[in-house]
Amino acid sequence: MNASYAWLKTFVDFDLEPNALRDLLTQRVVTVDEVLPLRPDLAPIVIGRVVECARHPDSDHLSVTKVDAGTGELLDVVCGAPNVRAGKFYPFAPVGTTMPGGMRIERRKIRGAVSAGMLCSARELGLGDEHEGIMELDIEATPGTRFLDVYPVGDTRLVLDVSPSRPDLLSHLGVAREIAAALGKDIRPLIWTGAHDFLGAPSPEQESMTRRLLDELPTAIAGERFDATAIAEAVTTVVGDESGVAASLIDAVRSMPDRPRHKGVTEGNTGNVRVVLEDAEGAPRYCGVVIRGVKIAPSPQWLVDRITSVGGRPINNVVDATNFMLHGFGQPMHAFDVDKLAGSSVIVRRARPGERLVTLDGVERTLNPSTTVIADAERAQALAGIMGGRDSEVTETTTDIFLEVANFDPRATRAARRALGLSTDASYRFERGVDIEWAPFWLSHAVALITSLAGGSAEEDVDLYPEPRTPAPLKLRVARIAQLLGAPITAQETLSLLRAIGFVVEWVPGTEMLHGDQELHVIPPSWRLDIGHEVDLIEEVARLHGYDAFSSELRPFRIGTVPDAPIELVASRLRSVLANAGLYEVRPMPFVSGGEGYVRVRNPLAENEAFLRRAVMESLARRAEHNLSHMQGNIRLFEIGNVFSPSGGRLPHEEVRVGALIMGARRPPHFTEPKPPAFDEWDAKAIAEVIGETAFRGRSFTLVPGEGDTLWEAQLDGRRVGDVTRVRLDAPVWASPAFGIEVALETVASADVAAPGRAAYGREDAARGPAPVTPFRSLPVTPAAEFDLALLVPNDMPAAKVEEVIRRNAGELLERLALFDEFRGAGLPTGMRSVAWRLTFRHPERTLRDKEVSGRREKLLRALEEELGVRQRTA
Amino acid sequence: MTLDELVEAARSLAREGRDLIARASSGDELATARTTLVGRKSGRLTELMKALPALAPDARREAGAAVNRAKEALEAALDAREAELRHTAPAEPRLDLTMPARRTWRGAVHPVTRVIDEIRDIFRELGFTVAVGPEAETEWYNFGALNFPVDHPAMDMHDTLYLSDDTLLRTHTSPVQVRTLQSYPPPVRVIVPGNVYRRDFFDPSHAPMFSQIEGLAVDEGIGFVDLKATLVNFANRFFGRRPTRFRPSYFPFTEPSAELDVQCGVCGGSGCPTCKQTGWVEILGSGMVHPAVLEACGVDSERYTGWAFGMGPARVALSRWGIPDIRLLYDSDVRFLEQLAQ
Ligand SMILES: [Zn+2]
Repeated sequence: MNASYAWLKTFVDFDLEPNALRDLLTQRVVTVDEVLPLRPDLAPIVIGRVVECARHPDSDHLSVTKVDAGTGELLDVVCGAPNVRAGKFYPFAPVGTTMPGGMRIERRKIRGAVSAGMLCSARELGLGDEHEGIMELDIEATPGTRFLDVYPVGDTRLVLDVSPSRPDLLSHLGVAREIAAALGKDIRPLIWTGAHDFLGAPSPEQESMTRRLLDELPTAIAGERFDATAIAEAVTTVVGDESGVAASLIDAVRSMPDRPRHKGVTEGNTGNVRVVLEDAEGAPRYCGVVIRGVKIAPSPQWLVDRITSVGGRPINNVVDATNFMLHGFGQPMHAFDVDKLAGSSVIVRRARPGERLVTLDGVERTLNPSTTVIADAERAQALAGIMGGRDSEVTETTTDIFLEVANFDPRATRAARRALGLSTDASYRFERGVDIEWAPFWLSHAVALITSLAGGSAEEDVDLYPEPRTPAPLKLRVARIAQLLGAPITAQETLSLLRAIGFVVEWVPGTEMLHGDQELHVIPPSWRLDIGHEVDLIEEVARLHGYDAFSSELRPFRIGTVPDAPIELVASRLRSVLANAGLYEVRPMPFVSGGEGYVRVRNPLAENEAFLRRAVMESLARRAEHNLSHMQGNIRLFEIGNVFSPSGGRLPHEEVRVGALIMGARRPPHFTEPKPPAFDEWDAKAIAEVIGETAFRGRSFTLVPGEGDTLWEAQLDGRRVGDVTRVRLDAPVWASPAFGIEVALETVASADVAAPGRAAYGREDAARGPAPVTPFRSLPVTPAAEFDLALLVPNDMPAAKVEEVIRRNAGELLERLALFDEFRGAGLPTGMRSVAWRLTFRHPERTLRDKEVSGRREKLLRALEEELGVRQRTA
Repeated sequence: MTLDELVEAARSLAREGRDLIARASSGDELATARTTLVGRKSGRLTELMKALPALAPDARREAGAAVNRAKEALEAALDAREAELRHTAPAEPRLDLTMPARRTWRGAVHPVTRVIDEIRDIFRELGFTVAVGPEAETEWYNFGALNFPVDHPAMDMHDTLYLSDDTLLRTHTSPVQVRTLQSYPPPVRVIVPGNVYRRDFFDPSHAPMFSQIEGLAVDEGIGFVDLKATLVNFANRFFGRRPTRFRPSYFPFTEPSAELDVQCGVCGGSGCPTCKQTGWVEILGSGMVHPAVLEACGVDSERYTGWAFGMGPARVALSRWGIPDIRLLYDSDVRFLEQLAQ
């Protein structure tokens, strides 16, 4: 929402500078994203001080001056103004400035004298018609200061970040209400607000009468004694009448019965136009008026300024007036050319199947039967609450208009807006909710505005509101405020805070005497569509009391019942272990090209990445390729992230996995090893083992040789949980082989915990306790005996098999068995390799005798020969 | 020699021998020392051993052990000195100690993870534990339970990636609030880190997936003042003692809602492009848990109250390291990761 600083000032008399207003609004009401001066063309203008001034030798009306413009040197400037004097300050346009009129300031010679810049008149700056002389500034400022900083001219735009819950802030009136409440001021009587330019300044009597009216209105609405049309008519009269009409108006409001003339009425006339409300669901209230004899013309400057101050484009006096009403008061309006309405009819109905409409933007649209349209006797002429049609648009030749001031249903507007892909200032407001009660009031306001701008006279208006709404009072418990905010706020303060922004607040009889059990009855004003519950009121109280006014002292708290998620602890450990192992953690996107067997996103960002990954490695491989494309061949990445696969159930099967990808040099080059070897399978296996040890302490994590590119399957307690693979990449020739490790850490529990509104406490959490450990063994007191076995092992016989035989036959004194060498090639029988183990034996109580050790060796060799046919390698 | 004399002689030999060995400054000197001390023919140790047979059997055993200890000590010292001398052999040139160390590869956890860990650690000290939940969620957990009005502009703030009519990729970590409150009775104090998804195209400040961290505290007697106190305490520790301010905001699942700003660290509050001239930088959204949310989780909202907050660690990372484009965080470029690991 764009708000104009000057426009806001017409509603409430405040003297905050734009930045101070921004801070006030941001802290109490709505965040102001930006403060934009609306005369950016004046940004290059600086304050210049004329230091010397002399007659031009070759001219009798020119002066040659030296100007200090803060540049550190005095500039030669020729000036033709009669009022230029040494020692005075003037706006100065340095060389390079483009003036508001489009002229560019160049360094040039004027009758032989150099001029580097220009001292400006008000007219040259677009600040008025004064051009008799340059603009003498009655200020003391450092030369070179931005002109706009010391001489604020032009309006300032505040860009407000209005939340969907506060549609009432989508107008200047709405923002002004909050400013007034914050500053303890009254809002200016609405009759003149923002439109005094055309109505003239109010007299003090008018002000006070209207102020009384304003005070009474919310109560009147709350009491259902509000007949908007009657008020509107009366108030329109007030403008030119000082005879106490307002007072009698208030009496009229008070004595007004329920709104019988609205209930159930869906048809009416204004002038010769028949208005029929067929779709009261799409348009709960529909007001309209015919104004005859208007003269379409460009808007006066004040209105052009208002429209452009909020970023709009002036069109003509009637259209600009409706936009003025939208931005000023939050009520979208639309003007139709009556002559273009077939049968002089306005029918609010659903679109017919296949019905077409060319909207104001020139686009032909095919309508959906759920869309509400404004039609004449023959066809649709406007999209309700979104955009008018081109055929009934107001043009220069229009003389009679039908002005629509309606309230359209938020959901219906939203659905139509989405279906048509067409968002406008009007749809934006209707979608969020427009105050339904004030529609006729804004109608009469708009009539006054339009007839003053474009002449013409209004017929009697029509107001169709077949199901008038009744505001429901809310109960507000003072004790509940204290409970939710943690600090007491008195009933008295609550009452005045809420009343300041238009709420009707009353004590509930009887309760105020009982301490701690005070209750207030609150009726929110009709524009506060977001207020439906007690807690909504408490938010208002907290906000208006001031968030910063609450204590920020820590208070004691109770320890929670929720244990740490086990996966979080595992992931933390893994991250530090893998980072210490030299890998970088990454956080890539999980979207992949996928296909059969993948979970699909229904509305993906890109069709070629419409699926969710099944494996972390899919992301890591793409990331590795990305690095290779940047000539980076040393890649060590890991990720702990989620993967998805179809489950057959409602939600996909989701797992947390750790994945790692390594390729390139095993170590950084060092002068002792300029070309370190590349990572190979054994490095990958090591990482897999480290992952297993870190993630599954005390459980059986094994790596079982696999097939093809699967080097090993990772198994946890015998169940497959991951693998170590050769990763095939789209890689340049210079790239080293890539290896991947991926291990599932946890299946994510995504079943519903309990039905909506229910809880399911007491579920057994896995008892965590300490992880199982290997108990301490005494440090050895006796010497160990070692020997090596170099065996000829067939290439296709797993070393693990040999180890198994060794362990089984070595006896219980074998302390350690380590495979430490493998040799293939020359000197060995075909199909054989040499594998060497070191065996370490130790007796817990005594030194082993040489004979015992050699005996074991013999026994082992015999067993290996018998069981596997494996012999010792000789020589 | 008597037993005592012999034992004493062995001890002093070991002592003197150690000095002699330490003084040897070359291989030759050490060889001489070796011959002198443990030489087989005429070494001083051999001399002592020759005295053994003269003793009575009991004394002989004891003296023998003493001589043996001396021998082991001397030989160990000789070997050690020999190894030392070999390394500092005068023939080899002195090391150029300005040359680089032999390092292993450096790795690092992701900058966003580092931010998350810092936030988590501060809240751990404030009594919070870590909860997590699925990224693929039902519409009810993501929106319905969190009081999102159906078909309302509030939904526009969460442009959603759907998996089916009623399942989606969670748009915030708040579904974990619901799952946690349904699973554990108050008091609940949890912090929830996790990935969330929005249908946002990549640009310098948006990514379709990003991380979020949120916190939730629910108990009897928790009020807005506790929200404020905890978050100010957190902000002071996380950002340093900079002024903070709360301002009104809107989230469907909290009320009152507030956003927390800290004073801009770039300009110190006077206004600059980083803070869009406001002097403040937004750091998190927060609010009192909406009673409708508590009720959806089966918690009595008249008895219990609570507060919640959420923030984007990636945004913190961007400003902390001055990263101009959020895509750098997700590209997994090793040059980037290596630079930020420093
Ligand atoms: Zn700043």
